[in-house]
Amino acid sequence: MRYLPLTKDDRAAMLARIGAPNVDALFRDVPKSAEAPLSGFDLPEVQGEIEVERTLSQMAARSTAAEAGPFFCGAGAYKHHVPAAVDHLIQRSEFLTSYTPYQPEISQGTLQYLFEFQTQVALLTGMEVANASLYDGSTAAAEAVLMAQRVTRRPKAILSGGLHPHYAETVETVANLHGKVVRAPVVPGRAEDLAAMIDNDTACIVVQSPDVFGMLHDLAPVAEAAHTKGVLLIAVVTEIVSLGLVEPPGHQGADIVAAEGQSIGNGLNFGGPYVGLFATREKFIRQMPGRLVGETADVDGRRGYVLTLSTREQHIRRDKATSNICTNSGLCALAFTIHLSLLGDEGFARLARINHARASALADRLAQVKGVSLITPSFFNEFTLRLPKPAAEVVEALAAKGILGGVPASRLLPADPAARDLLIVAATETNTDEDVAAFAKALTEVLS
Amino acid sequence: MSLPTISGDRGLDHEEKLIFELGRAGVTGVDLSDVKVSDARLSGLRRRGTIGLPGLSEPEAVRHYVRLSRMNYAIDAGLYPLGSCTMKHNPRLNEKLARLPGFADVHPLAPQSTVQGALALIAELMRWLTTLTGMPAVAMSPKAGAHGELCGILTIRAAIEARGEKRTRVLVPESAHGTNPASATFAGFTVDEVKAPPEGRVDLESLRGKLGPDVAAFMLTNPNTCGLFERDVLEIAAMVHKCGAYFYADGANFNAIAGRVRPGDLGVDAMHINLHKTFSTPHGGGGPGAGPVVLSARLAPFAPLPLLVHDEKGFRLIENRADVPEGAKPFGRMCAFHGQMGMFVRALAYMLSHGRDGIRQASEDAVLSANYVLASLKDVMSAPFEGPCMHEALFDEHFLHGTGVTTLDFAKVMIDEGYHPMTVYFPLVVHGAMLIEPTESESKESLDRFIHVLRTMALEAKAGKKERFEGAPRLAPRRRLDETAASRKPVLRWKAPDLPKAAE
Repeated sequence: MRYLPLTKDDRAAMLARIGAPNVDALFRDVPKSAEAPLSGFDLPEVQGEIEVERTLSQMAARSTAAEAGPFFCGAGAYKHHVPAAVDHLIQRSEFLTSYTPYQPEISQGTLQYLFEFQTQVALLTGMEVANASLYDGSTAAAEAVLMAQRVTRRPKAILSGGLHPHYAETVETVANLHGKVVRAPVVPGRAEDLAAMIDNDTACIVVQSPDVFGMLHDLAPVAEAAHTKGVLLIAVVTEIVSLGLVEPPGHQGADIVAAEGQSIGNGLNFGGPYVGLFATREKFIRQMPGRLVGETADVDGRRGYVLTLSTREQHIRRDKATSNICTNSGLCALAFTIHLSLLGDEGFARLARINHARASALADRLAQVKGVSLITPSFFNEFTLRLPKPAAEVVEALAAKGILGGVPASRLLPADPAARDLLIVAATETNTDEDVAAFAKALTEVLS
Repeated sequence: MSLPTISGDRGLDHEEKLIFELGRAGVTGVDLSDVKVSDARLSGLRRRGTIGLPGLSEPEAVRHYVRLSRMNYAIDAGLYPLGSCTMKHNPRLNEKLARLPGFADVHPLAPQSTVQGALALIAELMRWLTTLTGMPAVAMSPKAGAHGELCGILTIRAAIEARGEKRTRVLVPESAHGTNPASATFAGFTVDEVKAPPEGRVDLESLRGKLGPDVAAFMLTNPNTCGLFERDVLEIAAMVHKCGAYFYADGANFNAIAGRVRPGDLGVDAMHINLHKTFSTPHGGGGPGAGPVVLSARLAPFAPLPLLVHDEKGFRLIENRADVPEGAKPFGRMCAFHGQMGMFVRALAYMLSHGRDGIRQASEDAVLSANYVLASLKDVMSAPFEGPCMHEALFDEHFLHGTGVTTLDFAKVMIDEGYHPMTVYFPLVVHGAMLIEPTESESKESLDRFIHVLRTMALEAKAGKKERFEGAPRLAPRRRLDETAASRKPVLRWKAPDLPKAAE
């Protein structure tokens, strides 16, 4: 077996030193009735690289890659161009095959890029501090609600109807155990009055902008209403590129930002692994979940970095920890920070402008198709159309023509009859004028 | 070695500034044609001012990250005996396959008819996981081990509620990973710790004393964190079940028994599997991982969304409560979308490469190597428990008594010797613990060299040569860092210097 260096002779010599007659003797504490023979596992035996590669390549060929044709899906995961240098660098052995930086003297590479990552995330979101990543945007949102419940010592979380339904379900699954989650009605393409839902038990309001339909929301009024009643505003961002063009949540009064960072540096990967971004105000750092990297100095006075404030974490505080998280998204955070360093202020803002311009052109073009209307008056790179028939059927018909034309809202909101004819469409820098024309033509055909 | 240089660098060791000190406004390493956009659709929310992100050209960026990488220890560079973390070789085939466009460039909400290959991969991985564990079902969405623990405990919670019962306590041994009590609390339970007896295994009488009608689950790592197999596991399972509770297994150490022992045969109701440990998806400096949870028949109906089914039309994801098949009562959702696909591909590639025989051999080699280390060091270091051990060898600080050298000093000298230290001060039930997990990836020659170094270090410590231990490491990119100062006045981000620098 190519991955196992020990030879038969090695094993015999090692058993001799141990003083065991055979390897079975080392498993003597396992109850005999619990030992399974090899034949007890209905699975194939060892295979070479050629066979494994053939099997998995054939499997992969049975999926349509986003790059295979015009592609317009979003709703929480976006296809962006990732510079070639990013994937090359994250495969450096020293990044790929190292552990969590528990020994800082020989982990400065990881610690320094995480410190840089934390700073970039804080700058992007307009917040004071950020952690070293969580699993993804949805779990970051759930952690944000739990943190708000701890900080305010109040039980209730109010979720905007525009929050991605998967995020809302993720939040409900954990936050209902410690309090109560209330979801506002879904009103696609319209503003909500969340302030009216605040009561004395309210810990936080969770608002996503751009929301799941792509619409932008002014967070300032809801932040102000929340703050007068001691309620925290949690802003969720699923398309981080939007912050290159629109005001960041931190400048609109958000107390916690929970975001998905996949768009920068990370591919679609059928939903994971992604990278959760978590930023907040400095006064809340001891209530934050996840790892934090801090600057310090070594005994020779040289600048260096360490994991810090670990007394919040599970390996020290056990059942009193702020979160149970251990492994997070280190390598995805690395991809994020490399891509963002390559972009810089200039490139990131330009990328955002291109995305908005593409989406605007696409929305203008598709809204001309007979029976189609644009229902999101404002948006960044994603918008929602009302179609003259069920969007799920239209998407299947478009797929048959080689076009992945967006996400039907009914896939996320199956119980909501108002969602049936809504199609959520995203455009990015990867879309060409030809893609737009092909989509418009195909949509016209499908609807006629 | 303290030879000063003009540059501050030394040979291949380069100091590296922060990107904020290297980057300049207006520089970018990505060429994009600019466009003008109107404010018409921005609802008055256009960003005012710049963000302040530094930009690097591609050569600068590549050099920055290559230099940073060289300050890290890595499995690829040397033996990484971090107990409980399983730092085994990461095959590069798995990296290549995870990047196939049919897996990597597929959208989670693309029409299901267009993602049949991706769903087939998940289904095949589910078959391997359920077959290897002897369990009927598996929830695939948890994103790491601790997330899997939370998923397992929430499944148990849902099952108890469905029985119309109220159980509030979860029992956890003192020796457990910190994630166990943290996950149970996260899931809304009170944690009750079961004392560790001096033998390093769960004491049946203490456990019996803690069990009762309000106990929801007992969480056990097996092999346990002392590196021992819980030989009373069948009685433990029976006791737990008898009081109406569920038996949760922390699968962090499954790599010792995979291909030899099926947790389903041990009476386990739920167990998460760290794909980044047993099935070698790269640790990546702290993630991403993946933590699928295998479930017993009693718990299977409560698994979270999404569910994966196969019918005449092919594979189908069930993402909403409204669509679940009869009998399924999902407790909720762990995260957006369907789990860590990129890790699934790597894990399945590992499994297919090894086959059932290779997985069994890997477990046996891991256990053999740990016992070899234990047998080769126990006369000069001190092992708190009699062997045989499983895949990790535990030592304590007893052999350092009177030398003035601590467990931490001993670990830090390993850095000067070119090794990553073992896990230290865990498990908590042993004083000055040193937990060594060599894994199956080391050759005998590599193990012999490692043993020689540790033996010599132990003898030097005992011979009173404490100078080389104090203040170690001396040969790493940094010496010991002031963690107290870091936490007392946290500096968690770079800030621009307050005053402009004087012109030179």
